[in-house]
Amino acid sequence: MAQFEETGPRTPVNEPTRVDKVHPRAKLGKSIRVILIVIMTFIMLFPVIVMVMTAFKTRVDIITPPPKVLFRPSLEGFLYLLTDRALLTPANLAAAQANPGSLSFWQKLALANGQQITGVSHYVARLKNSVIIAGSSTILSVILGLFAAYAFSRFKIAGKDDLLFFILSTRMLPGVVVTIPLFLLYKLLGWNDTYAGMIILYTVFNLSFSVWLLKGFIDEIPVEYEEAALVDGYTRLQAFFRIVLPQAVNGIAATTVFCLIFAWNEYAFALMLTSDNARTAPPSIATMLGSGGLEWSAIAAGSLGFLIPVVIVTFVLRDYLLRGVTFGAVRK
Amino acid sequence: MSTIELRQVEKKFGDLHAVKPLDLTIQDGEFVVLLGPSGCGKTTTLRMISGLEAVSGGTIWLDGRNVTWLHPSARDIAFVFQFYALYPHLTAWRNIAFPLQAQGESPENVKKRVNEVAKLLRIEHLLNARPGQLSGGDQQRVALARALVRRPAAYLMDEPLGALDADFRETMRSEIKRLHVLQHATTVYVTHDQIEAMAMGDRIVVMSEAAIQQIGTPAQVYYDPANLFVARFIGSPGMNLIAGKYADGIVQMAGLDNRYPVPLEWQSALKKGLDGGSEVIIGFRPEAAQINDQGKLIGKVYASEMQGSSAVLHLTINENDIFHIRTDRLISYPIDTLVHFDIDPQMVRFFNPKTEAAIKPEVAQ
Amino acid sequence: MSHVELSHITKTYPGVTALDDISFDVKDGEFFVLLGPTGAGKTTTLRVIAGLEKQDKGSVLFDGKAVDNFNPSDRDVALVFQQYSLYPTMSVYDNLAFPLRSPLRHTSAEEIRKKVEETAEILHISHLLKRKTAHLSGGEMQRVSIGRAIVRSPRVFLMDEPLSNLDAKLREALRIELQHLQKTQGSTTLFVTHDQIEALTMADRIAVLNQGRILQVGTPEDIYDRPATTFIAQLVGSPRINLYKARREDGTISINASEVHVPASHGNNLPADFLVGIRPENIKPDLKGEFSGRLVLTEPLGVETILHIQSGQSEFIGLVPGITTYRIGDAMKFNVAFEHVHYFGLNGDRLQS
Repeated sequence: MAQFEETGPRTPVNEPTRVDKVHPRAKLGKSIRVILIVIMTFIMLFPVIVMVMTAFKTRVDIITPPPKVLFRPSLEGFLYLLTDRALLTPANLAAAQANPGSLSFWQKLALANGQQITGVSHYVARLKNSVIIAGSSTILSVILGLFAAYAFSRFKIAGKDDLLFFILSTRMLPGVVVTIPLFLLYKLLGWNDTYAGMIILYTVFNLSFSVWLLKGFIDEIPVEYEEAALVDGYTRLQAFFRIVLPQAVNGIAATTVFCLIFAWNEYAFALMLTSDNARTAPPSIATMLGSGGLEWSAIAAGSLGFLIPVVIVTFVLRDYLLRGVTFGAVRK
Repeated sequence: MSTIELRQVEKKFGDLHAVKPLDLTIQDGEFVVLLGPSGCGKTTTLRMISGLEAVSGGTIWLDGRNVTWLHPSARDIAFVFQFYALYPHLTAWRNIAFPLQAQGESPENVKKRVNEVAKLLRIEHLLNARPGQLSGGDQQRVALARALVRRPAAYLMDEPLGALDADFRETMRSEIKRLHVLQHATTVYVTHDQIEAMAMGDRIVVMSEAAIQQIGTPAQVYYDPANLFVARFIGSPGMNLIAGKYADGIVQMAGLDNRYPVPLEWQSALKKGLDGGSEVIIGFRPEAAQINDQGKLIGKVYASEMQGSSAVLHLTINENDIFHIRTDRLISYPIDTLVHFDIDPQMVRFFNPKTEAAIKPEVAQ
Repeated sequence: MSHVELSHITKTYPGVTALDDISFDVKDGEFFVLLGPTGAGKTTTLRVIAGLEKQDKGSVLFDGKAVDNFNPSDRDVALVFQQYSLYPTMSVYDNLAFPLRSPLRHTSAEEIRKKVEETAEILHISHLLKRKTAHLSGGEMQRVSIGRAIVRSPRVFLMDEPLSNLDAKLREALRIELQHLQKTQGSTTLFVTHDQIEALTMADRIAVLNQGRILQVGTPEDIYDRPATTFIAQLVGSPRINLYKARREDGTISINASEVHVPASHGNNLPADFLVGIRPENIKPDLKGEFSGRLVLTEPLGVETILHIQSGQSEFIGLVPGITTYRIGDAMKFNVAFEHVHYFGLNGDRLQS
C-alpha cells in the first residue's frame, strides 16, 4: 500500500517559476528592478535618516547651514530629552571643572554647556504613560475583539451583518471630528487626564479594527475542527482555547501589532484630553523647548527612542505578521 | 501538424528533483496521458509544456519550433484546469468568447465559433448563466468549450475530471474521448486515475517519483508492465505480486506453503533474467486466477468486494501481501476461509525483485 | 456498539428542505452506506445523528432510546470528516490522544498511551506518531483521522466521504483496509459517499438518498439487481445502465429508434409504453449476434473494454473481457441477455415483468 503514497508534501515554491520570470534574460530586468527599489526605499526613508542623524548632532551642527552630512556624533540630544538641567554659577562651575573624576558621563556632558543635571525630565514619566496606556488598551482590544470576533464568526446572531457594518462604520469617521464632544464628555465624567480615560478611549477606537481583522482570521479556521472536538466531548470554551486559539495566533499577532501602532502613535486625543498626569509621549516630544526655541536634537532623540519599541515588536513578530497579513488563501 | 517533443526536460526546485530528465514525443493528433500518483511530476511536466513553469534543463519543441523560453500565450496551446478557472463575473458565453476576443477575432466569427463549440458540448442552454449558477460538470464543460474554441495546436488538460462526482466523471470521460475522435487534436492529459488513462489514452506515460516508468498503449502497460510499479498501478485492482524463491522450475512462496510450477516457456527466461539469483516475484492479474477446489495455490480470505456484476476476493498468504481474485458474485466467502486457485499460464508474468523490472519472455522460435 | 435508528427525520433550512421524512435503521455491527449525489442530504443526516444539527421533526434513537436532547459530546459517536479533521499544530500522537484527553473521560496518561499505540498499530501508522500532521501525505492523514475516531471506541462511527479526496489507487487500498477493520472490530458504521463503487464494495446495506428523500434501502445485491427507480438504476453500476424508451406491440417489445426487439413473452403485464434498462454486461458483442450496429467509441479499461455501439438512433453500451481488438468505425453484431433486463414505467418506477 505504501507504494502509492504521495512522495510527501512538496516544499512550497514562493516565487513563480513561469517562463518569462525565470528566463536567463529576465535576470537583468530583475537587477534593474532591485536597484530601483533600493533608490525608492532610500527616498522614502530619507526623513527617518535625517531624524536619526539629528538625534546625534550637537545644537550647533543642527542650526548652522548648510546641513552637515558628516559630523561628530554627540549624545546631547538625549541629555536634553531625559534630564532637567540648571545653569551653574561660576563658582560651582569652576569647582566642577577642577574635579572631573567624580563626574559621570552625563554630568560631564552637561558641564560642557555650563549646566548641571538637576533631575530626570518629565519626558520619562510621559514615556511610562505611553507604555501603560498603549499596552493596556492593546491587550484589552485584542482580548475583547477576539471573543467578539469568535461570536460573530461562529454563532447565529440576529442582525449580524448590520452589527458588523455598524462596527466597521465607526472607522469611517476621522477621529478629530469627535474630539470636542469627547472633551466635554470627559470633563463631565471627570475622566480628563486620567489613565482610565485614555485606555478606554484607545480600546474603543481599536475594537472595531480588531473585531473585523480577527473575524477574518477566525473565519479561515474550519469549523470542522471545533465540531470534531465537540463530538469528542469538549465544551465550546475548551474547544476555543485548545483549537481555535493556537491556530489564530498569526491573526492575533497581526492585530496586536496594528492596535499597538495606533495607540502608541496617537497624538490628537492625547494632546486634547491630557495635560500632565496622563500625558503620553507624542504630544510631549513635539513641544520640547530649549533656550533658543525648539530643541531639535531632543525632539529627534525623542522620536527615535519612541520609534524603536514598535520596530522591535514588529520585527520580533514578523513571521506571524507575514502569515497573518496574507490570510485569505484559496481553499477548494 | 502539431507534434510535441520533450528532449531531456527536467525540473528542479532548489535541490528537489521534481522531474528527472525525460524524453517524450507526442505525435500529431495523439491523445497522450501522463499518469501517476500525486507528487510524481506529471503536472509539473504538463506545466513545463505550457510554459507556466520554466524548465531547469532540456528543450521543448512544438511542431519543430524550439519553444522552451516562449511565453505561454505564444505557444498556441489551450490549458484546461482541474478547478475550471472560469471568470465568475462573466456569463458562460463571454467566458468562452474571451480567448477569441483576446486574439482580436471579428464579432461575427466569435459568435459563430462560440455557438459551434456550445453545440458540440451540448451547453447551448447554459450560455447566459454565470459559472456560480452552474453545477461542477457544467462548469467543466464550459471550461472545455473555452479551450476548444481557439482550435490551438494542442490541448493540455490537468486532471479536469478530478473535482466531479464519480458518475459524472464517467460521462465526461467518454465525452472527451468522443471529442478527440471527432477532432483528432493533439492532447496531453494528466491524471492520477488509471481508469481514465486506460479508457482515453492512445498512449500512457506512467510516471512515479519524478521519472517515467513506462510509455505504452493501454494494452502494453496492462499486459506487459515494464516494472513492479506499473504492474501495481495499472488495473483496478492492480496486478497481484507475490514474492518467492525459484529453483528447479518451482517458485516457493512465503507462507501457506504455496508451490507454483513455472510454465515451461518461462523457465529459460527466468534463469537468464534472474541472473543466478533465486528471488523472484510472480505477477498475475485478478482475472487471470481461477478459484478451483483442485487449485495448486492457497490463500486466506481478508475481505471481499461486491462490484456490481462480479466480485473481487482479497486473499492473503502471509502478513504482508494481499492479492485479489475476480470471482462470481453469487458465492460468498467469509473472512479467514481458505481458498484454492490456479493462475492462467498465458497471463502470468515474472519480475526481478532487485531491479524491479519485468523479466522478458523468450521469443517463441 | 449500538443499533441506530432514524425515525421520520425532517430538517429544513430557509428555502430548502434538506431532509424529508427520513427513516432507516442501522443494525448493531453493520456497515451501512448512505449513497447519493452531492446535495442529497447525506452530510446533513450525519450531522443530525451526531448532534451538530438539530432536526425539525422526528427522532434519533440509539439502542431504542431517543438521544435528541443529548449534546454531541454525550452521544458517544465519532465523526470522520472529509477533510480538516487533523489539528495542524499538534503531532500525530497528540491528535490521536486528543479525544481521550477530553475532560469528560478521565483517562490516565498511561491508558492514553496504551490506546494510542494500539490504534496506531492497527492502522500501520506507528512510525508517524512523532510527526506534525502538516508533514503527512493525504493517505497518512486520512488514516490518522480514522485512528482518532477508533481510539475512543465509540458506539457509532460516522464517516463523511473520508476517501473522496484521496488518489484513486489509495482509495482502493483504504477501502479494503476499512472493510477488514470494520468486520474484525464489529463496529456499527454509517458511511456516506457519492461513489457507488464504495457503496457496493463495503456495505452490508445501502440506503439511496436523493434530494432529502430515501429512495431505497437494501443489500448491495438488492440495489444492483432490483433498483426501485431509474434514478437508482443509473446511479449504481459502472458503466452506467443503458436506458431506453420502448413499446410493446404485436407480441414484441421493441426499443425505440433501434432494431433491438424481443418476443413479448418476456413481459406480458407491461403497459404499451415503458422504459427498458439493460446493464452493459448484458449487451454482448458477438460475431453471430442478433442485432447490428457500428462501433463509435471504445474504452479499454484492462480487465474489460467498454464498447459504445450505435444501432439505429440509439447507442448501446456493452462490455467485452480484456482489451478489445475491435476498432472505432467497425461494424458490430451483438446479443442482449433479456432475462436480466429491467423494466420501468415512464415515471421511473420499477415494473414487475
